[in-house]
Amino acid sequence: MKKYSVFAIAREAMRGHKGWEEQWSSPEPRKEYDVIIVGAGGHGLATAYYLATVHGITNVAVLEKGWLGGGNTGRNTTIIRSNYLYDESAGIYDHALKLWDGLSQELNYNVMYSARGVMMLAHNVHDVQVLKRHVHANRLNGIDNEWLTPEQAKEFCPPLNTSRDARYPVVGAALQRRGGTARHDAVAWGYARGASARGVHIIQNCEVTGVKRAANGAVLGVDTTRGFIGAKKVGVVAAGHSSVIMNMAGVRMPLESYPLQALVSEPVKPVVPCVVMSNTVHAYISQSDKGELVIGAGTDQYVSYSQTGGLHILQHTLDAICEMFPIFTRMKMLRSWGGIVDVTPDRSPILAKTPVPGLYVNCGWGTGGFKATPGSGHVFAHTIAKDDPHPINAPFTIERFRTGRLIDEAAAAAVAH
Amino acid sequence: MLLIRCPYCEEERPELEFRNAGEAHIARSANMAGESDDDFEKFFFIRSNPKGIIYERWRHMHGCARFFNAVRDTVTDRFVMTYKAGEPKPSKLPGVGK
Repeated sequence: MKKYSVFAIAREAMRGHKGWEEQWSSPEPRKEYDVIIVGAGGHGLATAYYLATVHGITNVAVLEKGWLGGGNTGRNTTIIRSNYLYDESAGIYDHALKLWDGLSQELNYNVMYSARGVMMLAHNVHDVQVLKRHVHANRLNGIDNEWLTPEQAKEFCPPLNTSRDARYPVVGAALQRRGGTARHDAVAWGYARGASARGVHIIQNCEVTGVKRAANGAVLGVDTTRGFIGAKKVGVVAAGHSSVIMNMAGVRMPLESYPLQALVSEPVKPVVPCVVMSNTVHAYISQSDKGELVIGAGTDQYVSYSQTGGLHILQHTLDAICEMFPIFTRMKMLRSWGGIVDVTPDRSPILAKTPVPGLYVNCGWGTGGFKATPGSGHVFAHTIAKDDPHPINAPFTIERFRTGRLIDEAAAAAVAH
Repeated sequence: MLLIRCPYCEEERPELEFRNAGEAHIARSANMAGESDDDFEKFFFIRSNPKGIIYERWRHMHGCARFFNAVRDTVTDRFVMTYKAGEPKPSKLPGVGK
């Protein structure tokens, strides 16, 4: 792997950019690997990267049915934060946030992590109580979060409508300054490049069609559209399709898959300096470095794998955006799209061993997995390498739905997912 | 937006009138307190989440307010049929191969 640097740019500028190499190779699959990761999104590629760099396991294949980073990694609204209520969630999301800081240097790839601040608005007494509870809980866990008055919120985000006459007036806000955004494609590409350079095989257009198990139940490998590929350890990181893959191994999951939509506006000059979220009017917005307003909508109400969603969901979100930011009422929207998110009953992920020996699963990130990408890959690689969870992901088992030890961020409803 | 046929109103109406109520044909135990942890997990948390034909409940919230069942393809979101609550799970589906 040739290192990217200002000197590399200067050198290539001198010779017509003919010396750039492919960022990752596309090898033919081997007959057998030590570890197979199903799904080349951010979480899967990060897992492969940390298997190689932290645990020295490089005989790894990442299988992807489509193209690398073409699922939810390329469809999310790129928001990063760790202001979750419960200790377990705070642990894993802040582990990720600490890795975001310095990730570009680690990968030698600019993931454009920008700690521009995530501001969550309160519109009523309930919001104030819940968000203040979050502020306190976060601080006890060593996570920055602070309470802002409406005036301070207006100062932090000038286009915000803080008029008392608003339909849902802003009565305060919680601000996590370390929160922000990153370039989602670059995250997948950076991890892919780093993993490939260490010998990991990234195999695109290779859909898993079955999971083969030995008589004792242990995993033997996976059937794919490019033939059988053996491995004693298989990690499923397939987002919306996780339950489909797990069904192939005979494991029924506490998951349901829903369409989640987002949209971007035409590009405009810098106007939104941070991320603004409101759970009460249900909208969130930030501005990409290209200038597009990036707006996240809600999920549809029914199970679907259609990668699309109802227009009324987008309309509802835009109503809320125009309520919060009246200056955007005449902004033109350029594109909208949908991704399929796998949601657990308690809205917390599952990163765990499974009842099948050699089968591991990293799923259930629901509507908010992007922010966790580095931390998720890091602890999932540990789980696979050691056949034992990292202390950070130890609570995120499948068994919690039998024992009742839920991590109930769903009930801690001030947090949009 | 989906168009959904309510089997009670016998009309196709926009999705906004309806509320999805999750997977259908999951029987609630008559003796909930006596359920084992395993069985309770299956009843309460585990879902089939199929990529393809799903049997699901809907409620005609802003119409007759009654629950009914539907058969839908989760890849195309096309409804195969809807039927009244309490009717058995249809064994043959109109317009679906085999």
